[in-house]
Amino acid sequence: MKQIARIISIHAADTSGVCSMLYELGGMVVVHDASGCNSTYSTHDEPRWYRQDSMIYISALTEADAILGNDEKLIADVTAAAKDLAPNFIALCGAPVPLLAGTDFPAIAAEIEARTGIPAFGLHTSGMRSYLAGASEALEAVVERFCAERLPRTGVPSANIIGATPLDFSVNGAIESIIKWLNGAGFELVSCMAMGSTPDDIRRASAAHVNLAVSSCGIATAELLRKRFGTPWVAGVPVGERFPAMLASALKTAAETGECALPCADRDASGEGKKIAIPGESVFSGSLARAIELDTGVPCRVLCPLEAEDRLLAPGDLRIFDEDAAAAAFAEASGVIADPMYAPVCPPDVPFFRLPHEAFSGRCYRKESLNLIDRPLPWRL
Amino acid sequence: MLKRINGEDDMTGAEVAMRDAAFPLPFVSGLEYNAPARGPWNIVHTGMLIPESHQVFACAQGCLRGVILTAAEMLEMGRMSWISVDKNDFFDGSLERNIVDGTAEIIRKLPKKPHALLLFISCVHLFAGCDFEAILDELRAMFPDIDFIDCYMNPTMRKSGLTPDQLMRRQLYAPFRPCPADPKAVNLIGNDRPTDGSSELVQLIEKAGRELRDITLCRTYEDYMRMAKSALEITYLPTAKASGDALGKRLGRKHLYLPLSYDFDEIEHNLNLLADALGVEAPDWSEAKRNAVCALERAKKIIGETPVEIDYTATPRPVGLAVLLAEHGFHVARVYTDAMIEEERPAFERLRGLAPDLLLTATVHAKMRFAGKGVHEHGDVLAIGQKAAYFSGTRHFVNIVSGGGMYGFDGIARLAERMIEAAAHEQDTELVIQHKGLGCRSCL
Repeated sequence: MKQIARIISIHAADTSGVCSMLYELGGMVVVHDASGCNSTYSTHDEPRWYRQDSMIYISALTEADAILGNDEKLIADVTAAAKDLAPNFIALCGAPVPLLAGTDFPAIAAEIEARTGIPAFGLHTSGMRSYLAGASEALEAVVERFCAERLPRTGVPSANIIGATPLDFSVNGAIESIIKWLNGAGFELVSCMAMGSTPDDIRRASAAHVNLAVSSCGIATAELLRKRFGTPWVAGVPVGERFPAMLASALKTAAETGECALPCADRDASGEGKKIAIPGESVFSGSLARAIELDTGVPCRVLCPLEAEDRLLAPGDLRIFDEDAAAAAFAEASGVIADPMYAPVCPPDVPFFRLPHEAFSGRCYRKESLNLIDRPLPWRL
Repeated sequence: MLKRINGEDDMTGAEVAMRDAAFPLPFVSGLEYNAPARGPWNIVHTGMLIPESHQVFACAQGCLRGVILTAAEMLEMGRMSWISVDKNDFFDGSLERNIVDGTAEIIRKLPKKPHALLLFISCVHLFAGCDFEAILDELRAMFPDIDFIDCYMNPTMRKSGLTPDQLMRRQLYAPFRPCPADPKAVNLIGNDRPTDGSSELVQLIEKAGRELRDITLCRTYEDYMRMAKSALEITYLPTAKASGDALGKRLGRKHLYLPLSYDFDEIEHNLNLLADALGVEAPDWSEAKRNAVCALERAKKIIGETPVEIDYTATPRPVGLAVLLAEHGFHVARVYTDAMIEEERPAFERLRGLAPDLLLTATVHAKMRFAGKGVHEHGDVLAIGQKAAYFSGTRHFVNIVSGGGMYGFDGIARLAERMIEAAAHEQDTELVIQHKGLGCRSCL
């Protein structure tokens, strides 16, 4: 049966994805919910919460306001807070009750923008999809709004990193490593969306020669930039020893030809025989699978429990929607590389290699988080 | 930090002097911030108090995430399962069926059948008119040897009746059914940590020859079910009162609400009520009072004029505690609370006269995002409670939630000792307060 789990975790929800993606951009994010979304996000999904301030709030929705359709309370509260705190923008998103109540977030955002003069947009979260959906829509909305000007390309080859959040990359130095690798590959960084870059950096995104989507939540924005400015994109994460060079080559080719590429999915997992199973976000897991195959020759298969376009998966990769499907796929594998919270459904005779994923296990295993960027992989497979 | 954003250090609306404060709501409600103090228990922590039980949450993904990781961090994933709700469930008529089938499947997969299963539904189920009774009836018929407990994660309804916390404390005893009373036993209901054995409350019960039963002391389901037989229900936390009322009514037992207090007269009154209910003569409380006063004096001597800041997570009566400390010469500078319970009204009026300059500070107000970690340069502060520690930026704090199991005159003396300890020793505030559910195991 789908939708149930006896013992494994669940991925961060779309509301957390919105907050995580917009965290560093100086905007105000308001989740229209009673309380739980913000508490869950700030406790389990946001490693920056204690040390780095950001205007992420909850609306403290009540039953009466939901049933009576008292949107004015939300509008007035956001307006008052925005006037006090002067955010760069305002993003509104909702949890399950507003979904059922049919709350019209784009309309509410328009009203708030009219009252405050601050750019505002409404997003279509429900608390029922994964963080990738929320992060994707949030970043696309920001770029759509703030990255309208076509700037001349930089004098040297350059790139944006798109789709970076701690939910996929933790705060273990991985993003810094990607930037370092990118520089080493001959690309100047224009912006990293959205860790470590300012809103002004993102406004200059059109100056880049190519975009690197490091998570599937970056694909929609990469597509938007392609359509708007003709910037090609490449999907992949430079993990392991040999894959980074291949990815760098793909970036160069894309910058020269204008053609997009998906090196993370340039694999074939449909062959016979046991493979290493890698459940997780499609771009990262696909890149890891490719890296393992290049570095060790061991065949891999991505198990995708999250939203992903078909083109991000390789032949033989498998979509898994519940605990039973994960367990069945693990049982057929030669080994499993996964977040430790998958371990209880891995058969004891199948080797399990721990790879914490913040979007799955939150802060439980943050201490053993791994930075796999541009270096030998730590497992003997 | 506020300066960084809007050029002003303006706490208007998030802070008010006692002389100007309104009761019970000193601040206008608006957008809410969530401070990273994780010690207070949530419904998962509380539910785990039932020994040999299992929890199943039927909720949307976003709601599931928090409860599942609560269980994971307290190393109890073996007792936690979930059923996620999809929006189609609301439109295709499968809402109830998915919960029944999902719960049944989970039970069949468990290595051992639980004695009790806490089945949680959420705001959206209530919003959509989910027939929870039908779900429970079907599950009870399928698994007659399991006690199914209906539980609710419904924060949207927090102002429409009992809060989720109050509801959870009430449902914690739902399997208890009327049975002959054991006159030799009394229950302490609704607490999430044991009460100090040295407290007059516990001492009085023991000296009356009664057995004190408390869910925090139960190790087996049998221990827990024995509580149904106790002849008297006692509560002292405001969030547990509804639980005691419901249980007393259902089992036909007397319920005694003896609110946690820092007022000597009220404490004495409560203890005398207890003595009366136990059928014993109330002792002379003079020595206990003297001990409490001596402990406060010792603490004052050490803490001196260091400002003391208190928050509402440390005790349900932060204003009452502020009065006690101010009356004993402490420089109570600030109380963090977003609202006050009606029980605090007398203390509020007293404090207004006693310390008109004392600041009441919100914890959830949007501006508080930028007021954390001591950015207001409070200087040396002794904090009571995790939120006070966070906002003041101090490393000297009494790390308690919900009264910390301290009760009565003895509780005051113990708290004074904890204040001395806090003044003497630094703690890693960032590390300590981010552990979820104070007193629970943690994987962090």
